[in-house]
Amino acid sequence: MHKLLPLTAAIALAACATTSGDSPAGSSAAASDLPAARADNPYPSAYAPYAARTTLIENANIYDGAGGRIMGGMVLMQDGRIAAIGQDLTAPADAERIDAAGKWVTPGIIDIHSHLGNYASPGVDAHSDGNEVTGPVTAEVHAEHGVWPQDPGFTRALAAGVTTLHVLPGSANLFGGRGVTLRNVPARSVQEMKFPNAPYSLKMACGENPKRVYGSKGRMPGSRMGNFALYRMTWQKAVEYDRQWDAWDEKVEDGTAKAKDMPKRDLQLDALRGVLDGEILVQNHCYRADEMALILDLAKEFGYKVSAFHHAVEAYKIADLLKETGTCAAMWADWWGFKMESYDGIRENIPFVHAAGACAITHSDDDIGIQRLNQETAKALADGNRAGLDISHETAWTWVGINPARALGIDKEIGSLEVGKRADVVLWNGEPLSVYARPEQVWIDGALLYDVNTGLRPVSDFELGQPGEGDPK
Amino acid sequence: MSRNLAAKGAAVIMLAGAALGFSATAFAQSFTITNARLIDGTGGAEQANVTITVRDGRVADVGTGAAPAGMETIDAAGAYVTPGIVAAASQLGIVEVNGVAPTNDVSASRSPYSASLDVADALNPASAAIGVARIEGVTRAAVQPGAGGDLFGGIGRPITLAADRADMTVPGTAFQVIQLGETGAARAGGSRAAAFARLDDALAEARAFSRNPDGYSFGRSEDSLLTRADAEALVEVLEGRTAALFQVDRASDIRRVLALRSDYPQMKMILVGVAEGWLVADELAQAGVPVIAVPMQNLPSRFETLGATQSNIGRMVAAGVKVAVADVGSPSISPQLPQQAGQLVAQARIPGATGLTHEQAIAAITSVPADMFGMRGAGRITPGSLADIVIWSGDPLETASAPTAIWIEGVEQPMDSRQSRLADRYNPTKAPTGLPRQYSRSR
Repeated sequence: MHKLLPLTAAIALAACATTSGDSPAGSSAAASDLPAARADNPYPSAYAPYAARTTLIENANIYDGAGGRIMGGMVLMQDGRIAAIGQDLTAPADAERIDAAGKWVTPGIIDIHSHLGNYASPGVDAHSDGNEVTGPVTAEVHAEHGVWPQDPGFTRALAAGVTTLHVLPGSANLFGGRGVTLRNVPARSVQEMKFPNAPYSLKMACGENPKRVYGSKGRMPGSRMGNFALYRMTWQKAVEYDRQWDAWDEKVEDGTAKAKDMPKRDLQLDALRGVLDGEILVQNHCYRADEMALILDLAKEFGYKVSAFHHAVEAYKIADLLKETGTCAAMWADWWGFKMESYDGIRENIPFVHAAGACAITHSDDDIGIQRLNQETAKALADGNRAGLDISHETAWTWVGINPARALGIDKEIGSLEVGKRADVVLWNGEPLSVYARPEQVWIDGALLYDVNTGLRPVSDFELGQPGEGDPK
Repeated sequence: MSRNLAAKGAAVIMLAGAALGFSATAFAQSFTITNARLIDGTGGAEQANVTITVRDGRVADVGTGAAPAGMETIDAAGAYVTPGIVAAASQLGIVEVNGVAPTNDVSASRSPYSASLDVADALNPASAAIGVARIEGVTRAAVQPGAGGDLFGGIGRPITLAADRADMTVPGTAFQVIQLGETGAARAGGSRAAAFARLDDALAEARAFSRNPDGYSFGRSEDSLLTRADAEALVEVLEGRTAALFQVDRASDIRRVLALRSDYPQMKMILVGVAEGWLVADELAQAGVPVIAVPMQNLPSRFETLGATQSNIGRMVAAGVKVAVADVGSPSISPQLPQQAGQLVAQARIPGATGLTHEQAIAAITSVPADMFGMRGAGRITPGSLADIVIWSGDPLETASAPTAIWIEGVEQPMDSRQSRLADRYNPTKAPTGLPRQYSRSR
C-alpha cells in the first residue's frame, strides 16, 4: 500500500528534539553514499513567538501549575520566558508593570485532548477530518494534516486561557495516527502552530468505537477480542520492522551498509517504531478499568509505554496500576452515561486517581469543554474533597498544568511558572477555580495575545463579516 | 428536633435520608428552615436570615421571624437556599445510556407515527440519571423528545424527580417538539421550504381532522401524510392546549416561526435553541414568546448558529424576553444547570459582553422554566409555592458547591445515587475490607 510513495518522501520517526541526536542514517559517514532513509522532519514547526515585552505582574495570587501557590506575588516575563517568580522581584525600568491586585495568575492551560482544527466549526461534513475511518490501523496518518487553523474554536480556547493543546486523531481506529501539540496562536498553517520539538503522539483506542465501526462493516475488529488481536498482530509487525531497521542502522554505523540491503520503509510501522524507541508517546483512548489493565500488559508484552489513558472514566478503579506503571489518566470531571463504557463514570474520578499518587489530568475532547477546563477542575476538586480528600486548589491546578505537560513530553518547556520556561501566562479576573473567573490577559511566549479590556482578540478568517464578528464571545 | 446543616455537613443529611427509609412511602413534612440565605427563584434580590415555613408540601411563609413553636427546625446556618432546579429541554427518564439504543427513547426515526409519540409512555423513574440529577439539585424537568423521521418529535411533559414516584408526570403544559432549521429541513426532504410545506400541510390536516374527526379516516385525500393519531396530537397544538416547542437557531428562521402566529393565533409557542436570538431579541420580546437557550454555546457549530455568543441570553433578557437556561448538547443525561447559569454571571463581568445578575441567572433555571411549562407554584420559594427546596454547601452557581439537603413538595429526598454509591465503594479514604470491592455496599 505504500509502493506509490517514493522512499525519500518517507517521514520522520519523530520531530522530536527531546530525544537528542541525529537520525542514524544522517550521522554515519557512509550514509552520504546511501539513499536517504527518511526526511527527518518533513513538516517542521514554523512557529515563531510574537513580539514580547518585558512584563512584570505584581500583587498577584499565583497557582504555579506545579502545585505551588504564592499570595501577593510577582511574575517577571522577559524574552518570552519566565525570568523570575516570587514575592519581591526587581524588573528592568522599561518593563510593563501590571497591578494584579485581587487577580490571579496561572500558567496557560494545556488541553491534552482536543480535536480543534480536525473537527472544526462549523461542523459540516467537509470539516470532518479527525478519523480516517477506512481501516482500523492507520498509524500512518497525522492529525496535523487535517488541522484547519481558521477553526474559530482556537480563538475561544485562547479566551479561556488555553495556550497549548494536543490535537489527536479520533477513536474510530485501533491505531488512529499521530497527534500533534500546538501553540494556540492564530496562524495560516498548522506548521505555524506546531510546538517546536514537541514529540508526536500515537493515538490508540480501546473498546466500543473501533469494534463498532469495523464490526458493522463486517471487518475485524468486531469485538474486544478482535481489538486486542489486531493490536498484537500490528505490534508484532512493528517489532520485526524495528529489528530490521536497527540491524540496518548498525550496518550504517559500521560502514558495512549497502544500498540494496536497505529495508523498505513503511510509514505505518515508522510511527510504531517511534513508539518502541520512546520517541513517540502513546495516548490511549480507553474507558473501562479492565481494558486499561489489559492495555498495560499489551504495552509490557511489546515493550512500550502508555503515556496517558484518555477519557479514562473508570481510572478510579485501577488508580494503583496507573501509579505503578507511571501512566497518566486524562479525564472529564463528570461526563458519564452517554455510552455503555461510560456508565460507571463518577464525579470523583480525577481526585481519586490523584489521591492514589497517580498522574491526573483534566481534559476536554470538546470545543466547549476546552473553554471550561478550570471549572471542570474545580468541580472534580470539590467532589474529591467532599468525599474526604484534602486537595488544595494549587495542587488541583497541576491537572491542567504540569501533569498534561508531562504526559505530552513538554514539561521542561511549559506546564508551570518556573524560571526559564516559556512565558505562557494567564491573568484571571478572579480566583480561577471560580465559575465566575475569566482570563483578562493571556500571554504566549511572553507575547500578549488576548486582552479583555482592550478588545485584543483574534477573529478567524471564517468569522470575519459574520454576525457578531469580534464580539466577546 | 433541630439540625444544623452547615455544622454537621452532608454526612448527617445522608443519615437523615437513610433514616427516613425511602423505600417506604414518604410524606410531606411540616418544618421550618431558619437562617437561610434565600434566593427565591423569582429574580428578586437575595435575602439574609430568612425563615421558611413549610406545611403540607407547600411554602406557608417566608419571613424573618422565629420558627413557629413545635415545628421541626432546620438551621441552615447562613447557607444558600434556593428553589429546586427545573431542567428545561431534558431527557431525564427517557434515556439510560445514550448509545445503547434499547435504553434510549428520545426519538423514533423508523416509526410511522411522530406527533403522537408521548414521553409519558417511556418515562422510567428508576433511571440512574434521575438520582444523579436529583442530588445535584434538579427537582423538576420538562422532558423533551427528539424529532426522528419527521419534523414532529412528539409530546414532551413536565415531570418531578421526587423519589418513589410511580408516575413522574406533574401538572403543567405538555408540548409538541417541532424541529426546524437545518435539521428540520433535512427531515422534511432537504430544504427549509420543504420543512414549512410539511408543517403547513400537517397543521391543515389537523385542522380538517378537528372539524370532522369522523370523516378524517375516510374522506381525506389519499396522499395524506398524517396519521390519525398524529392529527389528533396536532389539534392540541393548534388549539393551544399543547405548546408548540420549535427548535430553531438562525435569526431568519426565528422570524419565520414568529410569523406563524398570524396563521395559528391560538398556538402557544416556545422556542428552543435560538442561538441567534439576540439578533431578533426585540421581535421575540414583542411577540411575548419565551425561549430556552444554552449559555455556553458560543461557536458557529452550524451555519445556523454563526452568531452564537455567550451574551445571547443576557441580551435577550435585557430586551424583555423570558429565557430559560438549558444544558443541551452535554453528553451526560444529568444536566449541569448551575454551571451553565454561572456562565451568565461571569459574562456580565466582561467588558462589552452582556450577562445576567446572580438572581436572574438562578431564575433562569427555576421559576422561568417552571412558568414556561405551566408548573404552577414550582421554581420559587414564595408563600403558597410548592416546597421544592435545596440547601447548598456554597454559592449554588459555583461548580464547587453541592446540595446538602433537598425537599420536593415538602418531602426530604435521598442524597445518594448509583453514581455516589460507586464513588463510596472506591473511595480511597475508606479502609480496605480484605474482600473484593464487589462486597462493599454503602447503605
